[in-house]
Amino acid sequence: METIRKFERVFEIIDQNQRSAARLIPILQAVQAEYRYLPEEILTFVATSLGISPARVFGVATFYSLFTLKPKGKYLIRVCNGTACHVKGSMGLYGAIVKKLGLKEGEDSTSDMLFTVETVNCLGACGLSPAMVINDEVYGQLTPQRVSDIIDEIVLKEAHNESDAHGA
Amino acid sequence: MNGTFVYIDNKEIPIENEQNLLELIRKARIDLPTFCYHSELSIYGACRLCMVEVDGMGLVPACSTPPNPEMKVRTNTGEIRRMRKIIVELLLANHSQNCPTCQKSTTCQLQALAKRLGITHVRFKNQLKEMPADESSPSIVRDPNKCVLCGDCVRICSEVQTVGAIDFAYRGAQTVVIPSFGKALDQVECVNCGQCARICPTGALTPRSEVDEVWRAIHDPSKVVVAQVAPAVRVAIGEMFGLPPGTTTTGQIAAALRAIGFDRIYDTSFTADLTVIEESNEFIKRVTAGDRIPQFTSCCPAWVKFVEQYYPEFVNHLSSCRSPQQMFGALAKEMLASDLKVKREDIVVVSVMPCTAKKFEAKRPEFESDGVRDVDNVLTTQEFGRMIEEAGLHFKELGPESFHLPFGFKTGAGVIFGNSGGVSEAVLRYVSEKLTGQKHDAYEFASVRGEEGIREAKLTVAGSEFTLAIVSGLGNARRVLENIKSGEVHYDLVEVMACPGGCIGGAGQPVFTDPLVKRQRTKGLYESDRMLELHKSQDNPYITELYDNVLGEAGSPRAHKLLHTSYSSRKRIVDEDLSISSGAEKSLDISVCFGTSCFLKGSQKLLRDILEYINVKELDDRINVKASFCFEKCDKGPTIKVGSRIIEGCTTEKAIEAIKREGMGLS
Repeated sequence: METIRKFERVFEIIDQNQRSAARLIPILQAVQAEYRYLPEEILTFVATSLGISPARVFGVATFYSLFTLKPKGKYLIRVCNGTACHVKGSMGLYGAIVKKLGLKEGEDSTSDMLFTVETVNCLGACGLSPAMVINDEVYGQLTPQRVSDIIDEIVLKEAHNESDAHGA
Repeated sequence: MNGTFVYIDNKEIPIENEQNLLELIRKARIDLPTFCYHSELSIYGACRLCMVEVDGMGLVPACSTPPNPEMKVRTNTGEIRRMRKIIVELLLANHSQNCPTCQKSTTCQLQALAKRLGITHVRFKNQLKEMPADESSPSIVRDPNKCVLCGDCVRICSEVQTVGAIDFAYRGAQTVVIPSFGKALDQVECVNCGQCARICPTGALTPRSEVDEVWRAIHDPSKVVVAQVAPAVRVAIGEMFGLPPGTTTTGQIAAALRAIGFDRIYDTSFTADLTVIEESNEFIKRVTAGDRIPQFTSCCPAWVKFVEQYYPEFVNHLSSCRSPQQMFGALAKEMLASDLKVKREDIVVVSVMPCTAKKFEAKRPEFESDGVRDVDNVLTTQEFGRMIEEAGLHFKELGPESFHLPFGFKTGAGVIFGNSGGVSEAVLRYVSEKLTGQKHDAYEFASVRGEEGIREAKLTVAGSEFTLAIVSGLGNARRVLENIKSGEVHYDLVEVMACPGGCIGGAGQPVFTDPLVKRQRTKGLYESDRMLELHKSQDNPYITELYDNVLGEAGSPRAHKLLHTSYSSRKRIVDEDLSISSGAEKSLDISVCFGTSCFLKGSQKLLRDILEYINVKELDDRINVKASFCFEKCDKGPTIKVGSRIIEGCTTEKAIEAIKREGMGLS
């Protein structure tokens, strides 16, 4: 039923944006908020409903780094690699996260799709460097140890939710 | 703005409706280089090669700067020259270096520009990361390693043809021009018209070559290799050998084909004459009965695919006639096998066409009988020119020779097929005599000729009035179809050619940039018509003989088998189904079509109702629901598929009934 709900949401999103091709970016933002990525067949559907070519929609979706065509984990970790954070060792942090999550070369998501890690160029939180954002929460003045603790906390919380759900 | 001047390199140049400095500079006979400016496309301003210096403004791109009175423009300062060189050097540093083996070599604008700007070495290290070329399409090869990102192809495909099969994707150094989702060109909505390849300044998009296969057939002693030459080829191929555009070289073409080693040399204009008879009779029948009017011409395979993809509701308006190329293939294989006493599979039919879509058409599954293709290979005019070069023939000096009979004999009606308006005119030459039962001396119908992309003509023949539309360019075709749909216009016959100007402007023709070239080729074909003894297809004695001995009469069952075909709607993009809800294994599949047409006819409500029904009846785990993007039944939408049954014009009630018929939700 989850898929239906999401697909129904796509109709709403397109209608709320007056089926206007000029509203493509807000439509894609809303679709991504729903799916956490932009699935290919939904993009084709969006293109058809707006009367533009799928190639144009694909172009817009790949131009902005905000959009992703690959499914992302429930927790999206964005490590800042702007100048200030870089100087304060952000790549070391990134390496620590990759190691902690057990990601292999070329992977950015864990196999259970709980975490995705990527770098961004500046979060505008230079005063907190080195910094990262997990979904909408900002973490600053990080060390590899602290990052590891934060991940452990999330894993623990998820495990709890899981057992609660099963218990119910 | 008129009556005022701009100073270009200190010369006064009057402003006469020019929209930008570039046009004005070209009028001053200064050839300012550019990749991305074409008068037929929107202004993009990306290549930066047309930068000029304007007093008070500094450096500006001439293509996107409107002229102002008294502007002082300089086109050749030291800074500008230095900048142009750097731009070209940077492009070369990111470009494939295999010029000698590139199809576009000698007609490539990047190559020409490097030479013209005196670039003898590139100061930057080559940064190209080699990417694989896309060779999936039967018509076009896309080689990203040769792309300069000027966007000409993107704009001609979306603006002129309204297809949009390719577009820019990714950004910065990763930018590429690519079909949606990085799919192969043969998996998307590309109609194979090749206008992208025609306009591409480099070798990034080129017609797919079949030259090697054709040589192989020629060198194979067990094969009888038969050539057919399309009308538009004869007024263009000379351009590759230094003749002015529009020079008719029919005799030299026949001589060259013979010298290359073709066993039989025929003219597609012969089967164009045949098309006229079949298509006109179909038209007279349909217009008299008021059946599927307007009738659309079906000679252009890019147009046919366009209708199949975007206007399935009009598919049955297309004339059932095969194109002249395919009529020729079917006839040649059928008749030559017995005439020449060879096996069908040992006859190789090679077409010489101005067109890239003809390559696709020849490979359509419809055009095969007993496992033998009707047309085996399609060469573009360019490819044929390259074979002439390879054979070392001095094309200009070849003594003219003639085609073989009977398929080499044509009337002028079959020759003007290569011009936009030509098919309509040829049909009118037939219909006007057929309906009045009288012979007419005059044969030219000036009202259907012209350069506009959409033309209308009203004619009265034997007391009946006919309205014709003559269209070239698929964007124009889309406009006409929309107007027909809305009831704004009424036509009896609509001729469509996908390429602006018709086949003479086809993507397989020698590379040209000057729009004047098309005009001269058009003129060349009309002159060829005038020089022939016969101008009406019905006067072709070999056509009469063909009907008497082989086909019977126009539209006969035998004619239908060999000369007609059928069409069906097709998906634009393959494999795009969306699973909405899945039940357990072995559950019933229901797909709801969300193609444009069904969507407009209410498939959204239908899906909601079906899902609600499933919910209420608790059938969730026994039914899979999918959204599909086109069942190819758009004229009867909304369409759903329950199990293997397709339900057209579906309503909520019909859907529920179908689910019940599958033994579900009966309680």
